Amino acid sequence: MTGLLTEAHRAWIGHETPAVEVEVSRRDIIKYAIATEQVREIYLQGDEAPLMFIFNLFGALRPVSALREDGLPSGTSAGPKLPLQRVMAGGVALSIHRPIRPGDRLTGVNRITDMYEKSGRQGPLIFTERELRVTDAAGESVLVEKQTSIAR
Amino acid sequence: MRISELHVGDALPERAHTPSNVSLFLYNAAVWNPHRIHYDETYARTAEHHPGLVIDGPLQGDWLAQCAANWLADHGSLERFQYSNRQAAYLGETLTSGGKIVAIDPVERLVTLELWVTNAAGEVTSPGVATVRLTG
Repeated sequence: MTGLLTEAHRAWIGHETPAVEVEVSRRDIIKYAIATEQVREIYLQGDEAPLMFIFNLFGALRPVSALREDGLPSGTSAGPKLPLQRVMAGGVALSIHRPIRPGDRLTGVNRITDMYEKSGRQGPLIFTERELRVTDAAGESVLVEKQTSIAR
Repeated sequence: MRISELHVGDALPERAHTPSNVSLFLYNAAVWNPHRIHYDETYARTAEHHPGLVIDGPLQGDWLAQCAANWLADHGSLERFQYSNRQAAYLGETLTSGGKIVAIDPVERLVTLELWVTNAAGEVTSPGVATVRLTG
């Protein structure tokens, strides 16, 4: 342990963002399928969403005036200000319970599940693990996404 | 596709991906990603010091998922999928997705796939693992 994370940082473990609701349209699935050059008709016709359609589906929608110089909205990942500033994406792991289809009314809730430190070869690293739980209108689980970000 | 006909080490079909300026724009529009490194080359070079426009990491994740889904077709369902982005890739590069079977559980009808996206130098830019459950 390098002692960078304080109790105030770790108090964010368990923090949940407000639920975001998304209505999935066939047209949005088709746009995604075209952009990613899918080959299966089930995707190209929009009958089912390709798995990675989930990426940024619950992302923040901010006005142009609220975007930073780099184009991204600021402060959209809930969490404490870390003593290490350079943040890299770690891995993404999905547990899939059923495919996403047009007409689905999905709810996404993001939660910080863990924060911990490791010593890397080039210095200390802080890992933040987040979990996105996606449910449908009936409250059934559609998928769970676990994402790790690494600050160095 | 029958599980009894599959073997550990079997290769999944490879596919070459060469994103264009247009396809990269469409992808970022579809996922609502306004990060300038994907469409503003002057900004990508001068402000973030990239050698060109950056091919999105999650797009490579999509190619990994497609590699599994296209191979599986309607013979089952994708149950677990994980990937990471190890190395940046830039517009103009041709990347290749591929994979192989690394485990078969005939009782549970589960097949584990190792997946990868490689660049022209053969370096893995995005590794992944998928678990699929066969119906047949």
